[in-house]
Amino acid sequence: MYKIAVASGKGGTGKTTVSTNLSHYLAQEQAILLADMDVEEPDSHIFVQGQLWQEKKVYKEVPTLIKDKCVGCGRCKEVCAFNAITMLGKRVLFFNELCHSCYACLELCPHQAIEMKPQMLGQLTQINDKNLTFLEARLDIGQEQAVPLIKQSFDFIKENIPAEIGIIDSPPGSSCPVVETVKNCDFVFLVTEPSPFGLNDLKIAVDTVKLLKKDFAIIINKDDGEENIIRDYCSKEDLEILAAIPEKQSIAELYSRGSLIYEEDVDFLGEIQKIASKVNSLMRRKR
Amino acid sequence: MKIAVSTVGTKKDSKLEPRFGRANYFVVYDTETKEYTFIDNQEIQETAHGAGPQTSQKIFDAGVNVILTGNGPGKNAFQVLEAGNIKMFICKEDITAEEVITKYLNNELKAFEN
Amino acid sequence: MKEIVVISGKGGTGKTTITAALAYHLQDKCIVADCDVDAADMHLIFSNKAVDKRKFYSGKEAVINRELCKNCGLCQQKCRFDAIISLSNYKKVDPLSCEGCGLCSHICPYNAIRMVDRFVGDFFISDIRTNTKMVHAKLLPGGENSGKLVAEVKKESRIQAEKYQKNYIIVDGSPGIGCPVISSLSGADLALLVTEPTMSALHDLKRVVELLQKFLIPAGCIINKSDLNKNISQEIKEFLEENQIILLTEFTYSKNFIHAVKSGQAINEYDPFYTQEAIADVWNKIEVLVNK
Repeated sequence: MYKIAVASGKGGTGKTTVSTNLSHYLAQEQAILLADMDVEEPDSHIFVQGQLWQEKKVYKEVPTLIKDKCVGCGRCKEVCAFNAITMLGKRVLFFNELCHSCYACLELCPHQAIEMKPQMLGQLTQINDKNLTFLEARLDIGQEQAVPLIKQSFDFIKENIPAEIGIIDSPPGSSCPVVETVKNCDFVFLVTEPSPFGLNDLKIAVDTVKLLKKDFAIIINKDDGEENIIRDYCSKEDLEILAAIPEKQSIAELYSRGSLIYEEDVDFLGEIQKIASKVNSLMRRKR
Repeated sequence: MKIAVSTVGTKKDSKLEPRFGRANYFVVYDTETKEYTFIDNQEIQETAHGAGPQTSQKIFDAGVNVILTGNGPGKNAFQVLEAGNIKMFICKEDITAEEVITKYLNNELKAFEN
Repeated sequence: MKEIVVISGKGGTGKTTITAALAYHLQDKCIVADCDVDAADMHLIFSNKAVDKRKFYSGKEAVINRELCKNCGLCQQKCRFDAIISLSNYKKVDPLSCEGCGLCSHICPYNAIRMVDRFVGDFFISDIRTNTKMVHAKLLPGGENSGKLVAEVKKESRIQAEKYQKNYIIVDGSPGIGCPVISSLSGADLALLVTEPTMSALHDLKRVVELLQKFLIPAGCIINKSDLNKNISQEIKEFLEENQIILLTEFTYSKNFIHAVKSGQAINEYDPFYTQEAIADVWNKIEVLVNK
C-alpha cells in the first residue's frame, strides 16, 4: 500500500477535513484506506458512514511478578528508566501506564521473578463503506503510550487491508506520535493556514518531515486570496503547493455538521481534485 | 504520628504547595515530639514521568502517616499511598504548613477519596 | 498568585487568540506562559526579546562507543524499539527510535553503550511589549513532549510572578488530553475552555472536561464562532450547564480574529470596538471566580 500522511504542525488547520474529503473522493473510483491515527482525539469517524467490519483490542506487554521467586532486591526499580516500578519496603508495585514495554526489568531481574502479561492500550475499529475502508485507532483515556498503538495499527493495516492507497490522518504537533506515523508513510501532505501562527507551525512540521527524509507537499487551508506569507515561504524554500482551499463560512459550516464538503461546494471540489490528481500521479510513479 | 504537608519552602510558615507529586518540599510535623522537619524533594523536577509514585515512595520511606496537600494525587501515587497505608487530606486554601496542620488536627479537612 | 490556564482539547478553536487577549487586557499585571511547546505561537503576538535562554534536557538516549563495540549484536537482538542499526562492523543508535530505556547499556558485554541526557528543546524567558515577562519553550522535532518541559515553563512563570509581584499568570495551555495538558493544568486556579460549535470540538471538549473533573479544577468557557452552527452551540451550552461550567461569553464568526493575528496584534487591540468590552467583561468574571 502507498501511504500518504496528512499532517500539520498545530491542530485545527484542517487535517481531518482534507483526509476525510480526499479519501471519500478517491473512493468513488478505487479502493481506499482512511486511517485516523490521531489516537488521543480521533475525530474522523464523524465523517464516515458504513458497516462496522471488525474491532480489535490493542495490548501492550507489562511486567507482573512471580511472587514466590521475588526476593525484594529492588533491581527492577533501579533499572526502570520510566519510573514505572516502586518498592514499598520489599513490596514491588508496577505502574502500567508508565511502562514502555522495554523488558529491562524482566531481562535484568537476578531471580527471573518477572514475566510479561498483556494490558489493554486501546482499540482499533474498522468500518467498511463500499470502496472506502476506515480504520480508527483510539487510545484508552489515561493511557499515555501512543507510539505502540500507532505501530500496531500499521501492522494491522498491512495484514488486513488490501487497498492500494492509504490516507493517514496524523496526530498534530511534532513529537513522537507524529514521528511514528510519518515514518510508516511514503509521502506527506502538510496542511497549513495563511497566518503567522500557521507559518510558524508549518516550519516546525517541515523540519520534522525533512528529518525523517520524506517527500512532501503543502496544502493551504482557509486561503483568503490576500497577501499570503505561506506562498512567500514556499516559493523561497522551493516547496510545492498542491492546493489552496478557500476561506468560506459555508465550508466551515458544512464541516461543523460533519458533512462531506466537496459534494456541496464547487470551489472545494476543485481543490480536492487537484490533490487527488497528485495522489494518482504518485501512484503511477510508484507502479 | 508524622504529618507531611506539601510546601513551597522548608519552614512551618512556608505556604502550602497545591501539587503533590511535583512539590519541592514537604514540611513534616511529629505529633509526639511536636517538632518540625522537612523532606527535600527538589530532584523530582528532573523526572519526566511518574513523579507521583516517586514522591509517594519518598514519603513512605520517611515514615509519614498522613499527607496534607492541595490537588490530590494521581492514580499511581494514590495506589502507592494506599499500599503504604498513608492517608491523604485536601486543603484548597492559600495558607501555611502550620495552619494546615492545625486544621487537620481540628478535623476540618476532607479526606481524599479516589 | 492565581493561575488561569486556557485550554481547548481540539486545536484551532482560538485558544491562543483568547490567551493573548487576556494577557493584553491585563498588560503588566500578569506573567504570560506559553505551554503549547509543540507549536508555541504567543511570541508572534507579543514580539519578544529573550533575556534568558537555556537548553532543556529530558530522558536519556543510548550512545555506542565504536571503539569498544565488538559488533556482537546482543543490543540489537534485545532492543524492543528497533533502535539499533547495523553498520558494516559496528552498531549505531537511531535516536528517533530510541526510547532511552537503558537495557542495552546494562547488557552490553563490552560496556560499549552509555546513556546520555537527551536534548529536547530550548527554554526562554523574554521581555514582551506589554511591559512584562513571558516564559516559553520550543520543542525540537521528534522530541518527547512528556510534560516535563511544560512543568518547567510553569515553574519558571511562578518564579517570575513572585519576583515581579504579579497577581496573575495567564497560561496558553497545551492541546489534547495527554501528559502535556495535565502538566499545564497542574496547580491551576481556573481552566478557561475555548471551544467552537463543531462536532469535533464538542467531542474533544467532553474529554477535556472529564479530565478537569478528575483534578477538581473549576472551569469557565468561551464559545468561539458561535453562529457557525446554532444547534451545536445549543448542545454545548446544555453540556456546560449539566457540568456546572460557566459560559463566560460567545464570539460570532469574524474575520478580524485572523486579521489580528496577521498584524501581530491581540484581538482586543486590533478590533477594540467589538471585543475590548467583551474581553474586559470576561476578565471581570474570571477575577470573581478565582478570588472567591
